[in-house]
Order: sequence, then C-alpha cells, then structure tokens
Amino acid sequence: MSNVVEFTKQMKKEYTILVPDMAPVHFKIIMPVFIQEGYHVELLDNQGSGVVNSGLKYVHNDTCYPALLVIGQMIDALNSGRYDVKKVALMITQTGGGCRASNYIHLLRKALVKAGYGYIPVISLNMSGLEKNSGFKLTLGMLRKAIAGMVYGDLIMHLANQCRPYEIDKGSTDAMVDDLTKQCAATLNANKGYSIKQMKELCKDIVKKFASLQLAKTTKPKVGIVGEIYVKYAPLGNNNLEKFLQTQDVEYMVPGLMGFALFKVDNRLEDIKLYGGNMAKKAACKLLFDYLEKMEGVMADAVKKYSSFVPIGRYAHTKELVKDIVGYGFKMGEGWLLTAEIMELCDQGYENVVCTQPFGCLPNHINGKGMIRKITNVMPNANIVAIDYDPSATKVNQENRIKLMLSIAKEKLNG
Amino acid sequence: MKLGLDVGSTTIKCVLLNDNDEIVYSSYERHLSKIVEKTIELLTYIKDNYLHDHKCQLMISGSAGMGMAQCNDIDFSQEVFATKVACEKLNPETDVVIELGGEDAKILFISNHLEVRMNGSCAGGTGAFIDQMATLLNCDAAALDKLADDAKRSYTIASRCGVFAKTDIQPLLNQGALKEDIALSIFYAIVNQTIAGLAQGRPIKGNVLYLGGPLTFLKNLRKCFDKTLELEGKCPENSLYYVALGAAYSAANTYDLDDLIAKLQNYSNHTTFAYIEPLFKDEQEYQAFKKRHDQAKIEHADARNYKGKAYLGIDSGSTTLKCVVIDEQGKILIEDYRTNKGNPVELIKDFLLNLYTQYPDIEIVGSGCTGYGEDIVKHAFQIDEGLVETIAHLTSAKAFKKDVDFIIDIGGQDMKCFKIHNGTIDNIFLNEACSSGCGSFLQTFATNLGYDIETFAQKGLFAKMPVDLGSRCTVFMNSSVKQAQKDGASIDNISAGLSISIVKNAIYKVIRCASVEELGKNIVVQGGTFYNDAVLRAFEQELKVDVIRPNIAGLMGAYGAALYVKNKHYQTSTILKLPELLNFEHKVSSVNCGLCENHCQLTVNTFSGNRKYISGNRCERPITKKVKSDELNIYEQKRQLIKSYHTDEGSRNLTIGLPLGLNMYELLPFWNAFFASLGFKVITSDFSSRATYLKGQNSIPSDTVCFPAKLMHGHVEELIEKGADVIFYPCMSYNVSNKHADNNYNCPVVAYYPEVLSANMDSLKKIVFINDYVGIHKPIPFVHKMTNILKKYFSDIHHRDVFKASRKAYQAYQEHMEKIYALGDKIVAQARSKQAPIIVLAGRPYHIDPEISHGIDQMIAGFGCAIVSEDYIAHCNPKAYRVKVLNQWTYHSRLYDACEYVVDQKDMNLVQLVSFGCGCDAITSDECRSLLEAKGKIYTQIKIDEISNLGSIKIRIRSLLEALKQEKEGEKHE
Repeated sequence: MSNVVEFTKQMKKEYTILVPDMAPVHFKIIMPVFIQEGYHVELLDNQGSGVVNSGLKYVHNDTCYPALLVIGQMIDALNSGRYDVKKVALMITQTGGGCRASNYIHLLRKALVKAGYGYIPVISLNMSGLEKNSGFKLTLGMLRKAIAGMVYGDLIMHLANQCRPYEIDKGSTDAMVDDLTKQCAATLNANKGYSIKQMKELCKDIVKKFASLQLAKTTKPKVGIVGEIYVKYAPLGNNNLEKFLQTQDVEYMVPGLMGFALFKVDNRLEDIKLYGGNMAKKAACKLLFDYLEKMEGVMADAVKKYSSFVPIGRYAHTKELVKDIVGYGFKMGEGWLLTAEIMELCDQGYENVVCTQPFGCLPNHINGKGMIRKITNVMPNANIVAIDYDPSATKVNQENRIKLMLSIAKEKLNG
Repeated sequence: MKLGLDVGSTTIKCVLLNDNDEIVYSSYERHLSKIVEKTIELLTYIKDNYLHDHKCQLMISGSAGMGMAQCNDIDFSQEVFATKVACEKLNPETDVVIELGGEDAKILFISNHLEVRMNGSCAGGTGAFIDQMATLLNCDAAALDKLADDAKRSYTIASRCGVFAKTDIQPLLNQGALKEDIALSIFYAIVNQTIAGLAQGRPIKGNVLYLGGPLTFLKNLRKCFDKTLELEGKCPENSLYYVALGAAYSAANTYDLDDLIAKLQNYSNHTTFAYIEPLFKDEQEYQAFKKRHDQAKIEHADARNYKGKAYLGIDSGSTTLKCVVIDEQGKILIEDYRTNKGNPVELIKDFLLNLYTQYPDIEIVGSGCTGYGEDIVKHAFQIDEGLVETIAHLTSAKAFKKDVDFIIDIGGQDMKCFKIHNGTIDNIFLNEACSSGCGSFLQTFATNLGYDIETFAQKGLFAKMPVDLGSRCTVFMNSSVKQAQKDGASIDNISAGLSISIVKNAIYKVIRCASVEELGKNIVVQGGTFYNDAVLRAFEQELKVDVIRPNIAGLMGAYGAALYVKNKHYQTSTILKLPELLNFEHKVSSVNCGLCENHCQLTVNTFSGNRKYISGNRCERPITKKVKSDELNIYEQKRQLIKSYHTDEGSRNLTIGLPLGLNMYELLPFWNAFFASLGFKVITSDFSSRATYLKGQNSIPSDTVCFPAKLMHGHVEELIEKGADVIFYPCMSYNVSNKHADNNYNCPVVAYYPEVLSANMDSLKKIVFINDYVGIHKPIPFVHKMTNILKKYFSDIHHRDVFKASRKAYQAYQEHMEKIYALGDKIVAQARSKQAPIIVLAGRPYHIDPEISHGIDQMIAGFGCAIVSEDYIAHCNPKAYRVKVLNQWTYHSRLYDACEYVVDQKDMNLVQLVSFGCGCDAITSDECRSLLEAKGKIYTQIKIDEISNLGSIKIRIRSLLEALKQEKEGEKHE
C-alpha cells in the first residue's frame, strides 16, 4: 500500500468528493453532515450499461457484484466529463472483517490505475482505523450527526413502505418522503437534530406526518427484503427490486441500516467474548453500542407511541430470535444478522422474503441459502426465495422467481 | 372455453379446455424465439377453429411469456405455480414433482409443507443442455436416448452447468470413449445436477411425477432418475402440458381474441433493448475492411502437379479437425477442415487414404499433430511429432508476422492467447472452464435460432443496433438473449451482439486487459471463429486497433504443426502408409485400473498391430507399469503425512471424528493431538473421491459454493458411517496468524461452513456435532474458552486437562509444519542437484486432496518437475512485503509470500490453483499475477472444480514448460 495517494488538507478545500449512493433516502440526509464540515461531496446517480461495462472492464469479473458496480459507477462518472478529474476524490466505505468487501478500496485503486486515474485520491470511510488521510477526519460530532441521519432514514423508509401500497392519493407517500428527507437534511445542516431531545421531537414529527396520510387498509401479501447490504438497498444493485414489488400489489418491508451498524459494533464485543481480548477496547465498543441502541430506541418508541404502524424490530430482539439457529461468532459480511432479519420479518408477519445476494457472495452461501432450511423448520410459514444478482443475471429470470414466491404468498393469503 | 398458454424458453405449449375441463385442443412446438409471432399464430388458429364468438378465458404462463403478458394486460400465472395447480387437480396423490424444461429445472415438494424450487441463474438449462450435448455427439436428443440404450458404463461428468459438462465430454470423445456410454453419462449428470441443485437436503420420496419435455421424451433419463432415487416415478398423460393445463384451470378473465391479436401485433413492433454501435456504417466501410484483411495470405500450390517431399500437420481440436499438407516452400498443397463428429480417428484415416490414393506423387516426409486429440492421433497413425497447441500456433503466426507481439486464437471450445517477447512465449492466457464462450457458442445459438452459422454471422454485419449482451458465459447468455428477444431485438441485432460479447469475453475475462497497449503492436488473430467478420470487426472496434487475420485463420494449428516438422528437417516419416492404413483397425474398451487406490477409469484404444493407447489415467503407471515416483512431489508426501494423524486407542471409549477437508487439512495434527490427550479415539474421513461427493450431494444448499466446501457433506456422512460418536468441526473466523499479513482471517466459507452442515444435514442429529466458535490464534484465552465449550458436552473435562491438551496440540501443529518445511527443503535440494524445474503449486492446504486437485500434482510430476507447495515457500520467505491489497486471509497471504519469493528464484515457477467460485481468489489471482509479472515471471492459473479431466490443464502446463524451455534456449544463444 506504498503508493496510496493521500487526500490532503489542501484537497479538502478544492476537491469534490464523489460518493456512491447505496441507500437513496439515507445518504441524502447524511450528506449535509459532510458539507457542513467543509467537504464538497456529491452523490453519484449515474446508471445504465456504462456503469456495468466500466466495472467489467476494470474489475476482475469474478469479484462480487457490488464492487463491480460501485467501481464501475465511479469510473463511468469520471469518464462522463461532468467533473474536473484533477479536482476529484472518491470515497468508499471499508467495513473491515473477513469478507471481500474490505478489499473494495484496493480494487478501486487498481482499477483507477488501469483506467489512467491513478492520481485520484481515495478516502476510506471506516471505523476500524484501517486507513487515514490528513485531509479527512471523521470527528465525533460528525459521527453523531451521521447516526442521527441514519435514524431518520431508517424511520422514513420503515413508515413509507407501510403507507405506499395503501395510499389513496397516488404518490402522496413518496411526496412525503421527499419533504421529510429535505427537512431532515436541512435540520442537520443547521447543526441541529442530533441531540436525544431534538431527535425525539423530529421522530415524533415524522411518525405523525406519515400517520396522517390517507390510507385504504386492504389485505395484501407482506414481503420482506434482506440481503447483502448494497444489493439489498441500491436500486442499481437489485434491478430496481422495490419498484418491481410496487407493481405487484404487495406491501414490503426492508430492515434498516441501524441493525447493520449495531451488528458491526456488537461483533467486536462477541469477538472478545469468544476469543478473549482487550478490555479497554471492549469498554469503548460497549459505549458506542449502547449509544446506538439508545438511538434505535428513540425511533422505535416514536413509532409505537404515535402510530399503529408495525413497530421497528429491535436489534436485541432480532438477535435473540436467531439464538438457536446460527452462532453469534458468524460475523463476516452480514453474518448471522441476515438470518436473524429473515426471522424478524417472519415474526412481524412479513413471511414472504426475498433474499438478495450478489452471485457468489461468500457469506451468503451460509447465512442466506445455507439457513433457509433451518429457518423453515422453526417457522414453517416462511416463504423465502434467494435471488442472485450479477452483471448478466437477467431481470426476467429474477422476476420470474420472485413471482413464484409471490404466487404462493397470494395463495396463502386467499386461504 | 378456457385457454392455457405456456410460453417456455424453447417451446410454446397450448391447451384448450371445454366447460367440463376436457382437452379439446393441445399443441407443442418450438418457437425458435419468435414468441409473439407464434402466439399470434396460435391464437388465430384457435379462434378460427374452435371459438365461434372469438372469445375465451385465457391465462398465460412460462418464463418467456411473462413480458408479453405484462405489457398486454393478460393474466399471468408463474409456471411452477401453474404446475402445482395442475397436479393438485390431476394427481392429488403426488408427493414430489420433477419438471425439466428447456432451460429451467424445478422440483415441487407438494405433500407435507409445500416447497418449490427452481434452478438458480448459474445452473443452466436442462433441455437446452441436452440439445447442446447431443450436438456434440452429432445427433439429436431422441438419438441420444437411443444411444443410451446400449450403454455399458457411465463416466463422471461435471453436472453443474453445461459448459463444465462439455469440457468433460469433449476430451472423452477425443480419447475414443463410446458415444453410448457418454449418452448415459449425460443423463446421470442431469440427475445429479437436479438433486444437488434443487433438492437441497430434502429427500425425494413417495409418489414422484416426471413432467416437461426431456422427461417425457427420454425414457433413459427417467430410468436414471428412478435408479438414483431408488423409486419408480410416473410420467403421466399430458406430461408436456401441465403448465398449460394449470394456466387453463386458473383462467378467469375472458378475452376477445381479435382484440388481443391486434394488441400483440402492435406490441411486436416495440423495441426497448440496450444497444451499442453498429459494426459497420455501410457497405463501403465493410469492403475496405475486407480488402485490408485479404492481404494476410499464405500461398497455395497446385497439389495435382506436385511431386516430391511434403509435410503434414494435423490439428485435432475440440470440435473440428484440421489437416494441412505443405511443400518445401511452406506453400499449402492440401487443406482440410471438418467437424470432428466425436471421432477424429476415422476422419483422419479417410483423409490419409484420400491423400495417398489421389496424390501418389506427394511424399510425406514429416508429420506433426497438435490439439486436444494429439495423443490419440499420434498413437493411432504413428505421427512423428506431437506438439502443444501454443507452440503450433506461434510457429504459424510467425509466418505472417515475424515480430508478432500477441496471438489470440479463438477456437470451437477454447481460447488461447499468448504474449510473445523476444520470439518466445512470455505469457499464456487460456479461458477458464467457466467462460468458454467461443466458436461453438455462436454455433449453438445459430442452431437454436434456426440458422446455419455463416448466415447467422452475416446477418450481424450490418445490424443497426447490436444488442448489448455483456460478456458472460454461455449459460448466462441464453437468458440475456431471451430478454433481448422479449424486448424486440431482431436476429441481426442479436447476432451482432453475440459476436461482440465473444470479443468482450476474450478481452476482459480471459486476457484481462483494459487497453491495447498491454497487448503490443502486432496482433495476430486466428482460429475458426475469426473467419467470422463480425467477430473480427468487433475485436478491432473494441480495442481500436488493426489486427492481422491470416487467410488460413482456422488452419493455423495444423499449418504450424506442419511448419514445425518442416523446420526440423525431417527426411522420413513414421506415419502409417497406404498398406497399413488399409488394414487399420480401431477398437475401444474401458477398464478400471487397479494399480493404485485412485482406480482411474481407463479408456483403452487398440489399433491394428495391437498397438495400444490408454487414456483417462492420472499417472503413467498403467502405461509404463512402473510405480510412480513421489520423491519430488510434496503434494503426495503431504498426503502421506496427513494420513498418519489418527489415534486408535483412547481411555474414554468415545470416538471423535474429524472431517478431512478445508482447514482440517492443516489443523488435523493439532486436533488429533488435542483430543488424544483428552482420551478420545480420533478418526478422520478418507481423502475425497467422487463417491464422497455423491454421498453428501443431496444436502448441499448452495450450488455455487466452492467444490471443497461441497465435499464436506460427504465427509461428515462418512464419519457417521465409520461410527464416530462425536464429530468435531469448529467454526473459525480466525486462522493461525501470519506475521507478514494485515490480519489472519479464514475466508467466510472455511470459517463458517460447519454452520451450513449443522443446518442442512439431518444425519447429524444422530450424533453429537460440535461446531462452536473456536480461536486457536490466541493460545491463552483458547484454553479457557475451549474448556467452556467442551464442558457443554463432557462434564468431566477440566481446565487443567484442556491446558495440557492444548500444549500438545500446539506442539503437534508446530512439528507438522516443520515436517513440511523439511520435506520442501529436501525436494528443492534434490531438484536442484538434478536440475529439474521446480513448480510451486500454490493453492491452499486442502488442495492436496486428490479429488479437489484431480491429480494435477501427479501430472506435473510426470513431466519431470519437482513440486513444492505454497505453505513451504511462504515459510522460505523471511521478508514482509506490502502487497497492493488488504492482506487479511492466512492461507491467501501465503500466496503473496510465495510469489514474492519465487520471483527471485531462477528455477522456480508458480502455478496457482484456484477453486471455481472462490471469491477470495478473484482478488489473489490478480495480485499474484502482477507480483510475478512485475519481475518477468510467467503466471499460470488453473481453475479447478468438479471437472475431472486434465486435458486443458495439460495444455497449460505443457505450454508453460515449453515456454521455459524456449527461454532457456534463448539465453544460451545470447
């Protein structure tokens, strides 16, 4: 890693940082956190075959699909002429852990060199201290605001998904999502909305607004979406799965980012429990874990208190559900959480589950396809379909398999 | 009346029911992808002949019908669901349905908790697969079934996807295996595929129903299912129409067919697919292109009037046979290009007979052969020289361009690319078993769409909007094409898109280059596929470079072989002459070799004069009758070492079983010593074999996980059979640490596969299965944590016992590794004293398993090379390097260490073994390649999976050795 281009303080002033958009609602709310600190960030929204083709061209084709897409999207953007490539930096998350995803940043750098952009600095967004840049620092304040943004994103997504299929006024839900996304972003931008008190207020406001939407409650099949984190959320990754489901007359639920964040922090605690470790590190992790759980509580309470919507599945509960199914030591990728989320969804009545995974995703062999049998043993109503995503898995095949799952869901619903 | 339409991937089925649900009309035909047209045709026929008011209730089903139904507001029923509806009505006693379609395979478990399964996107088609295989055998599906009637044995054919199976079948054909036996083997491959891919651990029993085209038409396929499942399934009346029937039963809404037909006619005019630049703007551009390429020419001479010496070159390829006779100036006298129809021997006999009788004045003084069939051809006709394909192609390419930098050869089945540096082969790229999107791929599509290959290719040249099809393997391409057709792409646009996709596959997947600079200035393209102007043009367009296509692009291998012997100045040839040829006989039989525990299935070819050629062997023993020497093969020595770890006596009277696979291949000495110290008897499963895989295949939940992981199911079954009371197979996020690396993880599959076994193997309920999370990377906490784990199962095990056991375990592990290092030192010293080339066969500890590596080590050893492994070489490397990736997996970090060490060793070369589906290796292989190439070493990668045939691997290794030899000779000259 000797010839890494550093993102310097000088660059901070002049450079535009391009960020891949994984979860559209969340990232729109969180971006102001960076802008406020003086970074010029921009979310990438380029799509289409140029993205995939750039990925295929510059990334090893057997690499996981999200890497191929994210890197393809970045290079496609650089090639588009929309940016001054001499004044651009790229940002990518690095989770750390035994999954290939920890290597995305290196694959990105290799791809940049191949594409002739070797001079472009790449910033690693991570909490493991994997890489540091003098011009970029994740401060405690930013972290708190980012967490608040994540909470708002989760909450909006959770509620909108329960309203959209039943809305009387077509489009009213998405209009509401737009308004609230802007409101949350503006609040954070005004350096507000991340203390417990203010968060409680804003969450209450969000819940009440959704509760005021006019809905015609009919019975529709309830579908859950789980999967590898990128493919699960990003429309680019899952061939617009949510859009497709919206045309199928069903209600769907997508577990939030908070669970994943808690899971990643909790892993460090589990690691110490299983293999021993540093007590000071443990204390620090516990502190962050508790903070996140408190935040989770804020949004969960708001839903419970101010509406009759399906409540937010709490991390502790989700974790408890999977106790006898798979070990908590399974931490790579989405680890045991993916299995647990399937069970949480079933528990909440979303028994028809689409498990999205990049073709050949290593952890998903285990927590997804590997666990379906065990889950259906304890939850016989679970109706799970695993769908592979990759550059040439066709939409026809994917939708056909989802339709099979939905046919069974509909049959069950009609007795 | 109720109408059900089942629009599948290859056929369209239709059922019309009267009000008593009786069939009044049904039809089944191939739609050749003209989906909308066929549908309109059918609807028109039905309305005119059966519906006086032109109205009926209608439901569409089938994968290819989805888009059409959706866009035209016609009710749609998912096809598996429709099958279920039909079964419930017609065969309510059914427990399980197995339905094979054109490209989909489905299993429905109906009784006790409904479950429906469809093949994933990788598993490929079944009906389409059979068609493909039949084409290989030069027959159709029905003939294939007939052939299987007379089968006497079956070969192991990889069953995961069509491309894999093909790589297994083609060499079998070339080696002379009987078509009858291969036909049966193909059916068994389908059975195994269906069970492994779809049943996923749920037993198939009770009343089984066989549905769909292949199971209806092919009785031997049904028999294979019956035999494997140990039951008698039923193929009911109307088995082709269940989906259509199910759709008809569910039809609720009434449609006016006149309206519908009008709507569909309008629909078929829409185009919505993604497309790319056309290949040629106009005819003029094409003519200029033609003219430029016509210049690369080898002259022909008139054979009729030729008297004198001549040289023969034969290229017995995977699908075609090429023969060339040249005169002393290198001009071509005779050329011959034909499909090999599964038996090259007969064809060559014909060719030679013709040559001798028609041209008695041509005297063959030297002969050379190359290609897949090299060995059998060489033996059959006593050819003078057998040469590896790469050398043949290089020789001929030089005839066109002396300073050629890069050669790309796309043949029927494989793609060979090599980089030339100073006149010798510097680097070799061969396509992986997975991406064989080559010539036969275009051929298959052309046939499926109802065209011959020339017409099909020609159609693409002036396509205005070539479909953007990406660059994946054949199986994926099928569904991409389907989608494009659904979106209204015409045949010319699909043809152009396919040609472009072949090129993209070659450039980005096989060669892995992003720009033409990496290839060099002088590029020669060859192989039959490049006769196709569309492919040639796409290649130039994609790389933005002009290349050379010889006029004999398809004959370059044969021409090279002929040139090669000509350059060797042969004066007389050993090749069979006319009298011998007239009495030529060729018999094939098969036997099981009993000379060692591998029990290879041998194919014995006997030629006139009782000359024998044996194939299917992993080692030279059945041929030379000599016991193989393992003194320079660390893989074999490591296997012997691993076998020595077991504990036959224990104070506890409890047997603990350790499955011999994945990380256990290295940690066995650790756990053996550990449990021995605690008083257990310790047994392991044996090395894997095909039987191991079959034993466990029905509980594998993910068909795309790597082969070594899949084998674990069989190992566990075997341990239970052997009487283990406890099976110990812990989950391990972390491996032993490597101080050179950033972290010491296991890959996710190695780390957590015990979870999959526990969740999917019913047989584990019979015994105690310990799969807790264990970390041996931290010896002190390990004792404490391990005590807690064991206490859950054995209350009398105490901390002090575990402490003592752990000391022994760590020591045993240390000793084991040191033994490996000592073995390596000895081999390297011996090799150096003999001046034998040293191959670092770098994979992971479990790659020594004979079923995983398929005897690759023995094959390489057979070429006189010494073999050492990555763990030993990594240990030789004392320095910590900074690689350009996150170096976080213990086993993989050894690869980087090994590469870094090898670059400084003149007599060492690294060959990386990569398991298909190993995600980590997508990262390591690129990095290893750049580490080696940065210092001028050749990188060779071998992808291994279920494939048990070594043919293509042999080419790779021989090419590597040949390149090394040339390099050496080059140095001598300097």
